[in-house]
Amino acid sequence: MSPAERAWEQRTLEPTLAKSPDRNSDFTTVSSYPIRRLYTQADLEGWNPDTELGAPGAPPYTRGIHPAMYRDRLWTMRQFAGFGSANDTNRRFRYLLSQGQTGLSVAFDLPTLMGYDSDDPLAEGEVGRCGVAISSLADMEALFDQIPLADVTTSMTINSPAAPIWAMYLAVAEKQGADWQKISGTLQNDILKEYIAQKEYIYPPEPSMRMVTDTIEFGAKHTPRFNPISISGYHIREAGSTAIQELAFTLRDGIEYVEHCLGRGMQVDDFAPRLSFFFNAHNDFFEEIAKYRAARRIWCSVMRERFGATNPRSWALRFHSQTAGCSLTAQQPYNNVVRTAVQALAAVLGGTQSLHTNSLDEAWALPTEAAATIALRTQQIIAYESGVTNTADPLGGSYFVEALTNEVERGAWDYIERIDALGGMVASIERGFPQREIADAAYRYQVAVDQKQKIVVGVNDYLMDGKQIETLEIDGSVGDRQADRLRKLRADRSNAEVERRLTSLRHAAAGTDNLMPHLIEAVKAYATLGEICSALRQPFGVYQEVAIT
Amino acid sequence: MPDKKIRVLIAKPGLDGHDRGAKVIARALRDAGMEVIYTGLRQTPEMIASAAIQEDVDVIGLSILSGAHNTICARLMELLRAKGMTDVTVLIGGIIPEADIADLKKSGIAEIFLPGTTTQAIVEFIRQRVAVA
Repeated sequence: MSPAERAWEQRTLEPTLAKSPDRNSDFTTVSSYPIRRLYTQADLEGWNPDTELGAPGAPPYTRGIHPAMYRDRLWTMRQFAGFGSANDTNRRFRYLLSQGQTGLSVAFDLPTLMGYDSDDPLAEGEVGRCGVAISSLADMEALFDQIPLADVTTSMTINSPAAPIWAMYLAVAEKQGADWQKISGTLQNDILKEYIAQKEYIYPPEPSMRMVTDTIEFGAKHTPRFNPISISGYHIREAGSTAIQELAFTLRDGIEYVEHCLGRGMQVDDFAPRLSFFFNAHNDFFEEIAKYRAARRIWCSVMRERFGATNPRSWALRFHSQTAGCSLTAQQPYNNVVRTAVQALAAVLGGTQSLHTNSLDEAWALPTEAAATIALRTQQIIAYESGVTNTADPLGGSYFVEALTNEVERGAWDYIERIDALGGMVASIERGFPQREIADAAYRYQVAVDQKQKIVVGVNDYLMDGKQIETLEIDGSVGDRQADRLRKLRADRSNAEVERRLTSLRHAAAGTDNLMPHLIEAVKAYATLGEICSALRQPFGVYQEVAIT
Repeated sequence: MPDKKIRVLIAKPGLDGHDRGAKVIARALRDAGMEVIYTGLRQTPEMIASAAIQEDVDVIGLSILSGAHNTICARLMELLRAKGMTDVTVLIGGIIPEADIADLKKSGIAEIFLPGTTTQAIVEFIRQRVAVA
């Protein structure tokens, strides 16, 4: 502390505190990370702005990955949508595009996410409820009817069955005459965070990592503008992790994927530029901004120093962000518009490449069209009215933001080193390490809310009685309609051809071939997602987790 | 002699994997002195009913966020009745539209805890309910 600061503390601060003490004994972020009273130059001792901050568009990318940031191009406004049948969702997609949305993002229903057809007994009651039901190429064709895949970029939130779903997308693109070399979009395809947090897994880690590696390898050759993976912290955070855990586990997952690709014999600069990331945008404004800035700095170092990447495009961490679903309250739902706006602003000030803003009604249901429109308008207001897009990294150089960025970075490196010491992420998952860290953090947070150490407006303070708002009703007949479609599909296709393709897929899975070409042939023969995933269950086995409570 | 511990089965039915709530509740009830058995993910109503019998529980807590509650609960309550387990208290925690609550309660669900409920409220509900039974 400088003499001037000490003098300020004695002469100005202490008399004030004597009269009016702090509201709390300690001040922490939503992740319970301690925040000091004041940040000054003393918090940045030894910090070198030339090497640790740099310039926008230049390593270590703390200030963002583009030299002009949002002055030349805004982030992609990409609203996640999907419900009911492919036709229902196709209508919502075309509405969102007509309202100024600039990219598509597909939400699949739970049976699809788990690799079951809509008519599987395990799908009962779940078809089209949490997303759109896609059981075959015929559904995928309906989903993108009148939407030219050559012109629109599409993100698909699908993980365990990512490879067959991507095969369907590529088949639709081909049928539309869109060039695979030019189409663009993102496949989530991040199986590690499924074992860690979201739990939509089918197969064990080893064959799952092989499928991920297959898609990255296939993409590097055939779809150079498509992101074959979106390494995701979002779900880790939603499961209750802290910001530092979200950052650390996500980046360590990224390292694991890179190692698998290198193990396949790929060169790092051939695939690393197309690795993309996905982070949560939670309530704690500065902690989130520090997280995004630290993410870029860590990844740049990982790429250059750990993996020896030489292409600057490999060094630059690109990310999508989504506002925090778990922060939305069922009570007083209109308050969620405000929460989402604050979270979205953090993502923008943190330099996001694309953004989804949640709708006010999502603590209750999938969003109505009206609620989804307000969510999109929130992004447009930040982009065009707030002025924060006029300059790159407006918070760069702030004592607090830079100090917090450093601290979040250090916290993440500590975790990365611990996971390295455990033998990597798959080994850590098998020992339950990240799962236990997240469960502990989630419980600590719940206790803090229950004891009102953390205030959630409308939930544990400022309560009000209110009626539930109108929510989106999912047509209950979607399951039956899907079952009819599947019956017709199985009657109309060549079942001999389907059997041939599934047999060749099974053989390939038992060997070492890249599965993508086999999957593309299978989906083109209208083999269903359930048939494909079930064909792979036999050589691959299924994963059972040891639940940690 | 201390009271017999209340035994609770926390179950996660359906295909959804979002287990944050189930795990937080399992830990909170355990911290409150109850014996908690967590089924893990993707339990069918059949699996839940037989686990409840096998573990001889006083309470079944279902965590459902996916919108599949009507299908799942109807089947589970039917199975419990068929197996004579009418004295077990069945609770739901999660996202349930208000419009569905009356029918769920009519089917025998004792209480539905919506987002924002404190763990303490659930602990107290279970203690009162099981003490009366």
